[in-house]
Parts: sequence; structure tokens; C-alpha cells
Amino acid sequence: MFDRRLAQFFDWGLLGIVVLIGGAGLLTLYSAVNSGAVNPYSAFFLKQTVWFCIGFVLMIGVFLFSYKMFEQWGNVIYGICIVLLLWVEWFGKYVGGSRRWLEIGPASLQPSELVKIGVIIILARYFAKTVNTRGLSLRELVRPMILTLIPVAIIVRQPDLGTGMVVVLIALSITVFVKIERRALITIISGCMVAVPLVWFLLKPYQKRRILTFLDPERDPLGAGYHIIQSKIAIGSGMLSGKGYLQGTQNALDFLPEQHTDFIFSVLAEEWGLVGSGLLLILFFLLILWGLNIAQSCRDPFGNILSVGVTAMIFWQVVINIGMVMGLMPVVGVTLPFISYGGSSIITVMMGIGLLMNVSMRRYIFE
Amino acid sequence: MTTHLNTVASEWFKQRIIGVVLIAVAAFVILFARLFYLQLVEGERLRHLSVNNRIRLQDIEPSRGLIFDRNGMRIADNRPAFDIYITLKDARPAEKTLEKLAFYTDFPIEELKEKIKKGRGRGAYKPILIRQDISWDTLAAIEVHKFDLPGITVNVKPRRHYLDKNGAAHLIGYLSEISANELKSGKYPGSRSGDFIGKFGVEKAHENYLQGKHGGRQVEVDVRGRVIRPLKTVAAKPGNNLILTLDQKVQARAENRLSGQVGAAVAIEPDTGRILALASSPAYNQNAFVDGMSAKAWRALNSNPDHPMVNKAIQGTYPPASTYKIVTAIAGLEEGVIDQDTLIHCPGWFKLGNRVSRCWKKGGHGKMNVIQAIEQSCDVYFYQVGLKLGIDRLAWHAKACGLGTRTGIRLDREKSGLIPTAAWKKRRYGIPWQQGETLSVAIGQGYNLVTPLQMAVLTAAVANAGTRYRPMILERIETAEGETVFQGAPEVTGRLSMTPTTLALVRRGLFDVVQGEAGTARRIRTRGINISGKTGTAQIIALKSEEEEEETEVEDRFKDHAWFVAYAPSESPQIAVAVIIEHGEHGSSAAAPIAQDMILAYLRGEKKN
Repeated sequence: MFDRRLAQFFDWGLLGIVVLIGGAGLLTLYSAVNSGAVNPYSAFFLKQTVWFCIGFVLMIGVFLFSYKMFEQWGNVIYGICIVLLLWVEWFGKYVGGSRRWLEIGPASLQPSELVKIGVIIILARYFAKTVNTRGLSLRELVRPMILTLIPVAIIVRQPDLGTGMVVVLIALSITVFVKIERRALITIISGCMVAVPLVWFLLKPYQKRRILTFLDPERDPLGAGYHIIQSKIAIGSGMLSGKGYLQGTQNALDFLPEQHTDFIFSVLAEEWGLVGSGLLLILFFLLILWGLNIAQSCRDPFGNILSVGVTAMIFWQVVINIGMVMGLMPVVGVTLPFISYGGSSIITVMMGIGLLMNVSMRRYIFE
Repeated sequence: MTTHLNTVASEWFKQRIIGVVLIAVAAFVILFARLFYLQLVEGERLRHLSVNNRIRLQDIEPSRGLIFDRNGMRIADNRPAFDIYITLKDARPAEKTLEKLAFYTDFPIEELKEKIKKGRGRGAYKPILIRQDISWDTLAAIEVHKFDLPGITVNVKPRRHYLDKNGAAHLIGYLSEISANELKSGKYPGSRSGDFIGKFGVEKAHENYLQGKHGGRQVEVDVRGRVIRPLKTVAAKPGNNLILTLDQKVQARAENRLSGQVGAAVAIEPDTGRILALASSPAYNQNAFVDGMSAKAWRALNSNPDHPMVNKAIQGTYPPASTYKIVTAIAGLEEGVIDQDTLIHCPGWFKLGNRVSRCWKKGGHGKMNVIQAIEQSCDVYFYQVGLKLGIDRLAWHAKACGLGTRTGIRLDREKSGLIPTAAWKKRRYGIPWQQGETLSVAIGQGYNLVTPLQMAVLTAAVANAGTRYRPMILERIETAEGETVFQGAPEVTGRLSMTPTTLALVRRGLFDVVQGEAGTARRIRTRGINISGKTGTAQIIALKSEEEEEETEVEDRFKDHAWFVAYAPSESPQIAVAVIIEHGEHGSSAAAPIAQDMILAYLRGEKKN
């Protein structure tokens, strides 16, 4: 079933970028968990390496079968994701005030991460059938909206606002990409303009305070605001060439919160300076362009939209995460793809890469 | 013209993709610009700040809510306390700094080193607490040599202070440091390690209202860890103030009169159930807990045979003795086994089968009705009433009076006491109830056990014509700004089952206990205020031979407990009181004067105001 001709279309460039970013990620993670004075996390490096290997296998698994299969089985994949989410809702492990983990043997998995892929596939499948040059009408938007909001509602309840937000952003990106009819767009925008102040009016004072703090961490100088200051100090103190690998003082002294997950970019920027962090940004930018290039060269709407969706997922996580640690964005728990510690995050993004490769390899074959 | 794109229309897609690329470029340009700004433009300044971790967080501890009595008298407030911390990263070299600190103050160096050993491994920038609540002299010494003591910081924080040395110690309770288990329990979400929380009494019951919320400040420090300037401050939110129903005058009087004795006293507002005083003796020094108690002092407190840590008003269970005759009288009248005209002859003894039970008055009381029986506390009269009622009917009325169950006061560890029934005895001992046992239960001896608070509630219910209220301690909770966040309200928990006729008879009997010519508590008769009450003498040894009682001095611990319950003024009661003095021997001499004093403190003190 594996077409020999496929091998010659294998996307080595994409693999190269992923290997470079992933390598930088492991290197940084090693520093993040090993230079702190006390480190209960030192096993994280090994675990992350294992996760990368699993991710790699899954990536290969994803691109072996034609992506057309995912179009056919889109409903089932989406269904499985929802079931996993509900499973967590009812039986999940409670960690740090939220229920988002599913225990599978020795490992735990966050279905909310995998859902991103499920949503991308189901939306690509739907839009591939309905897309047209006029744009989508309001009626045609109802279904994708429901398909997105079901998992988002469950994820936000966990509560995991960051992931919920990313899913919404992915869905929005795909929808805007396939174009919304002008009339529908005007209706939606004016609807939002009415709804937002109305909802704000209905919120309780403490809920308003939480939203304001979310938007402006400075309002919480003992929590999020302090973390952002420390993160900015870490990044800025890297200056041009950094303090040197394993030499980051902010990192070593435990002053970055979540230094191995959400704030890992600060560790890299402190130790490698503008040279290192700039290079990583360029690699991410290249990856985004690469994904978009795959999308535009694919001649089949499903593959096209699918690639845009995966690219949007990586794009938003990079922009939100790096924007956040540099104090440009609200403080929200979104991982940096390939870099942040976390099995679910790695697996999800590697499967996304598998999808991109899948489309990339087969884009010339359908004629 | 609309084209459906099921077929290839890649030109259209390509155009859409170009739009996406532009957005991506814009986003990355912004990220780059920010990175450039932080690392090159601001880089110098931020690196400087990073060198010694110049931006730090300091905790601001909230001041705990104050506690007042009903008249606004302050019972508990806070005083400033000074704690010393060391930050290892700033105190280089730490050893030397400690030696200097030990020299300037007179802290034993070994103890300081011990503290540091424990605190190590928490990150070198986290301040370690090395000494709490230092004296003003020590504070002065440290401030003077501040520049010689790098890494040593002094932090002021509010600390609980109880104004009276024994101010309602059992009711108010005390604070001490939160334990690791309590932190883990999740019951104290706002508390951190090192915080003080309420461990007993009102301090514990209303912890969540009292504790307030931590604040903090971001500060910039210099190389030696000294604050250069505060950057941002979030003020701590002080805890809410409690206004209790307590009347400090009555409370103080009760504690004064109890001191040196073992016992408890409770005073209640009959029409609402508000607690006016709740004292238990011996008490303990609340401030000693906050200031840190030595293990030895703690052991001494706990091994004291008089149990100072026990709130005897709610945790002490005693036979109610003759105060229980109120219940027997109610039951007899209500069940129709006696009425106001029933006369019973008391020859000084009562024979059931071949066992003789005596009345406390050896010569006997002669013929008497129920009012006289209460007034003179005739045992024989109530033996007979009890016998006619049987144990279960008697127990039913006792329970209706609130005995044998918790009153529901909002304090920890309240005991329920015990009202025996035939079924209970069978279950507990496997033996059927004996009629003879009913005799001792009818006069409040035997298996009966009640708390002073239960007796106070019962007395209050007689005083207010039959309503039992949940004893209420908390009048109101206010924010520090004086805004009311909770307003206590009386809560009915039950009613005494009696007709107005029964009530009038019982009240008449209680009136005569003090006002009558032969009343057992006639010596507390007070000019201008009519007091109604009932004495009680709870036997420790069930059966005493006549000679023993007469001739020998009884050892202290075998002496009887003295009870007195009362309300006043008899016509329109405003206060109900229950007093017990362990081994006080006679209710009339040991307990009644204390109750009288509390009543006067309340009624006369109020007039003056």
C-alpha cells in the first residue's frame, strides 16, 4: 500500500526544520531542569526524549496512509477525541486544581491537546465540501461552530483556558481562510459588538477583575505580573549573545515560574541571547512558511485546508507563548511547540507535522 | 458568480494563502521587534536587575479581625511583632553574619545555625525565619548594626493579642501556627506555612472571616539584599471583626468568682439565646499560645488534673442533681400524675421494696405540694413523682427540655450528655431497668449527665415561657470599614412541652427557692431584684452511710458538685444563669452567690450605662 514513488517526494526540508527546533528544545529543557539548585524535575529530560521518539513514530504512522483516509475517518477521529475529553471530565486525574489528565500506564495524557488535531480534521473535512469563492453563509457556519464549541466547552470547564483559546483560534483561522460571505461577516461582527458589552455588564465584579488581570498582568503584581517581570528580566539580561549555556541565573535560581513548560523560551533567551532566540524565531517562521507552502501547492481542498489548520495551530502557540513571556500577551498556559516539556504537546505537534508531510508527499500524485 | 471548489481551483487558494503569509510576517515582525527591544535596548538595565535578583516579592501579613463584646469592649486585637529573617544569598558569608548576629543580640549561635539547616534547600533567595517576636532592645541592637549584618532583615507583622489575661479563654480560643497537616487538608486555602490560625473556640469557628488576605510588595533590592525602593504594593486585606453577644462585665465577674475553683458558669439572654457569659475554670493564658509555648508548659497544661484546656461549660458533663427536679416537676404535671393540689408526705425517707432512700432533710419535710417541693427541694416528693412516671416518660420530657442532645452552639467539641431510658440501659449493659434506679434519676442522680450550657438553655426556656434557642455567640461580623457582612439572629431549636398552668407552678416553685421562707437559696435574696432559681448538689459517691456524712471530713475529690441555675428578674427575666462548682459541696453556698453576682453585674451594670 505504500507507494514507492512517495519516497522520492519525502519532505526532507520539513524534517530538517523540525529536527533543528526539536534539538534546540531538548537542549533548553536540559538547562531548565538541571541548573536549578534543587531539581525534582531532572527526570524530565529523559522523559521528554522518550516522548520525542514516540512522537516521531506517530508522525511516521500519520504520513504512511494517505491523508484522504483522515478525510474518510474524520468523524470517527473527532468522536474519539470527544469521548476522551468526556472520559477525563468524569474519571480524570486531578492535578493542581484542574482535571485534564488521563492516566495510561505510567504516562499521563491530555486529551485536550489531541483534540486540536481532531478539530482541524473535522473542520477541513466540512469546509472541503462547502468551500466556494463567494464565501460561507451564516447557515453554513452553524455546523463548524458547533463542532468547535463542543470540545471547547469541555476543555474550558477543566479548566484549561489556554488550550480552549488555541482551539478557538485554530477554528477561526481555518474559517476565515476559507472565506466568510460579506453579509455573514458583517452580521457576526456586529453581533459580537453588541454581545461583548452585554456579557461584560452581566459579569460579577470578581469575574471582571479576573478578566482584567488576565488582559493586564500588571494588575496582579504578586502573581502573574511578577512572573512576567522576572521573565522579561531573564530574556533581556541575555542581551546579544546570552549568558552562556547552563549559565542563566534567573533560571538557576528558580525565579522563573514553570521554567520547563510555559516559560521555557525565557530560559533559552537568557542563555543564548538575541542570537539564539532570534534564530529560534526564524526557524519557527520558516516552519510556518513551509506549512503554508505545502498548503498552496496542494491541489485538493481537504489537503489544503488541513495544512492551513496544522500551520495555524503551530503559529498561534508560538505567537501566544513567546508573546506572553515577553509581556506582549496575557498570561495563559499555552505550550511552545517542540520546546516546552510535555508528552501530549509533543505528540500532538508531531502528529501535526505528520499530516503536513503526508500532504506534502502526496500533493503531486493525484493527477 | 460562485464556483464550488470541489474540483481544483488552486489559483483562488493561492491568493488566500498570500493573505495568511502576510499575517504571519506581521506577527513575527512584532515578536522580533520585542525581542530586539528587550535584549538590546533594555538589555543593559535588565541584566543589572538580574545580577542579584534585584526584584523580589515580600509578603505583607494581614491583620486578623478584632473581637469585641456586645458593648464594643475589645477582647482580642493585634500588636506589632518583629521577626528576623536571613536571606542566604545576601548574607555572604552566612556563618560570619550569624556569629555577628549572635554577638549583637544574645541569641545562642547553635539555635540560629539549626534554623538555617532546616531552611536550606528552599532556594537561596527565600528568606528564612530565624527568630520570632524579638524584644525592643534586640530590635534596636539589630537596627544599629544593620550595615554589619548583610542579608538580615526585620519584618513587622501583626500578632494576636488578648487584652485580658484570661478573657473568656475557652470561648474565644487561641491561635497557633498552622500545622503541615492542616495546610494539606485544604481547609485553609488562604493560609501559608508559618501563618497563625484559630485552634479553639470562636477563633477557630470563624477562622475564615477573621484571617484576612495576604498582600505583598515587589521591591528592588541592592547587592546586599537591602530594599532600595518598593515597586508595587498590594495592601493586605484585614480580617473581619467579630462582635460577640458576650457581655464583658458579666464574663469578668464570672471568671473572677470562679478563679481558684474548678467549674463553669453560663449566662444567657432568655428571649433570644444570646450568650452573655461563658466561663470555665481553671482557664489558660491565651497569649502564651500565640507567643510560643515551651513543650514543658504545654505538657503541664495537658496533665493538669483540673483540665484547664477543657471548656467545662460545653464539654463538662455532670449529674444535674436537684436542678433536674424542674424536669421531674414538669413531667409529673404534664403527665397528670400530680397536680397543684397533690400533697405528698415526706417523713425523711422513702422505702421501695426493702431499700430505703433518704431525703436530704433528715427529719423530713412533712406534707407538701409541688411548689413547696421545689422550694425545699424535697427528695421524697420527687421519688414518688418519678416512680409514678416511670423512667421512659421522664426521659421523654428531659429530652424535650433539650437535655441529652447538643444545644447546637457554634463551637467545637460540645458534648451531648446523657438521658437514660430503659432501652438505653438494656442496650448498654444488657440488664433491664430497675425501679430503684428511677428514684435516683428523678432527683438528677444516677446515669443522668448534662452540661452547664444545657442547664442554662433549659433555665432560659422556663424563664421565657417555654422556647429553647440555639445558644448564640456571634452578634455580627463587620469588615474593617464597619460594613456588616453577617448579622446573627435568634434561632428556635425546640419548645418545652408544658401548659401555662404547669409553667406557672414551676415558676412559682423556683421563685420560692430564693424568695420563700424555707427556700434552699434564700440567702441570695437581693433587695430590689427578684431572682428565681434552683439549687443542686451532685453526689460523687452514690451511697453514703449516715455516719460518714456526719462525722468525717470528706476528702476534697469526693466532695459533691454544687449547682445553681437561676433567672432574673422573676417577673420579666432578662438573664438566665447556670453555675457549677466541682466539689463545691452545696449549691446554695458555693454556686448560688456566683450566679447572683453575675445577675447583678448584668442588671445593675446595665442600669448604670
